[in-house]
Amino acid sequence: MNMIRLKKIYKSFNNLEVLKGISLEVDQGEVVAIIGPSGSGKSTLLRCLNRLETIDGGTIEIENDILAAEGAGGRCQYVREDKAREICYKMGMVFQQFNLFPHMTVIDNIIEAPMIVKGIKKEVIIPEAEELLKKVGLFEKRDSYPSRLSGGQQQRVAIARALAMKPDIMLFDEPTSALDPELTGEVLKAMRQLAQEHMTMLVVTHEMAFAREVAGRVIFMDGGEIVEEGRPEQIFNNPTQARTQAFLKSML
Amino acid sequence: MEKILAMIGPMMEGANVTLQMFFITLVLSIPLGLVLALVRMSKYRPLSFIVETYIWLMRGTPLMLQLLFVYYALPLIPYIGIKLPDFSAAIFAFVFNYAAYFAEIFRGGIQSIERGQYEASKVLGMTYVQTMRRIILPQMIKRVLPPISNETITLVKDTSLIYVLAMNDLLRTARTIVQREFDMTPFVIAAVFYLAMTLVLTWMFNKLEQSYAAYDE
Repeated sequence: MNMIRLKKIYKSFNNLEVLKGISLEVDQGEVVAIIGPSGSGKSTLLRCLNRLETIDGGTIEIENDILAAEGAGGRCQYVREDKAREICYKMGMVFQQFNLFPHMTVIDNIIEAPMIVKGIKKEVIIPEAEELLKKVGLFEKRDSYPSRLSGGQQQRVAIARALAMKPDIMLFDEPTSALDPELTGEVLKAMRQLAQEHMTMLVVTHEMAFAREVAGRVIFMDGGEIVEEGRPEQIFNNPTQARTQAFLKSML
Repeated sequence: MEKILAMIGPMMEGANVTLQMFFITLVLSIPLGLVLALVRMSKYRPLSFIVETYIWLMRGTPLMLQLLFVYYALPLIPYIGIKLPDFSAAIFAFVFNYAAYFAEIFRGGIQSIERGQYEASKVLGMTYVQTMRRIILPQMIKRVLPPISNETITLVKDTSLIYVLAMNDLLRTARTIVQREFDMTPFVIAAVFYLAMTLVLTWMFNKLEQSYAAYDE
């Protein structure tokens, strides 16, 4: 089943076109890594999926629900706000800057959305949240405030917080870029574990080793377009496009 | 000594008026200020423009002028003119003036919250109201406590402006006694009272700030 289906997505900031007709389909359980130079539009593409940015043209379908489509006259139309919200919280998102809620403890960060958005009772969600914390190896930080945690720990809490909403898809927007190099490993490990559980994942990353090892498909973007995509070994070992070759060379 | 004790009675009554002015103004202007701040940030331009103009008027004219206007000029306006009792007129002017200042403090506080907090809330499926109530406003309160404390202390002393409406607050009572008895003691008593109020408020706000210090940002 297609979890994500994008058709001809266009997006401009002022007069700068950052997405030039992106089409993409992601299957259930697929792990897709999106790589490319900064300014290539890869983060914007991810942010368009859950309405952090609104698209100017094209169609977005999530699990066969239309989120946005070309309406009459070629104008892009989004579905009603409450419907759109429902579609979008099936996608969990992990940000470069973690974005934990600083005024809440770790456990409260995790249970907040399930409680107020889905109306799940506290006594039901607490054990689930504790399970998630154990899974990311942070149960002992249950009652700490985010500011007391290292970047890697904060990012793992952010992953647990996203998972508490039981998403079908996880979006990662450069999840390790703000971390000290020695802390990226613990975050990547949590992500690898998710991939092994067949979570559908879309990962914008600069971690080439991770993309090579974990992703089932690698997409190389440049200048608002998908330049090349394929199996990781194909993209990394035998890139066909000159732009891909130049980028990979610069990453070495 | 006997003379001082005789002053205490009327001065307590004056202090009572001052305290009532202070508390009622505070309790009404803070929520109004928050509503104004949210409307001011509304994406709907005409609404935000109206509040912007309102804040400009309230901050751009003396509070004394506003007091006199509500008391003397408001009743003269055709059709909508109403004559408010002294105390209500004073409260009216104070609440609408202070709400404008609080609105700007709240707006500053809300706008200082990082965009990532809104994005995380949105991605988790929260509505605007949920995001404000659970995520943005609780963090905003911590940041605005120092300026709110400042404004509150100013309010204690600003209440003395109601003497122009011939209301017997602490300061006016003190002045009446001074003029009658040729004795400066009531001024000293008034000063001590204002200082004590400020001390209590400073202490309370310090406690509040400490209670919010549990988390750093």
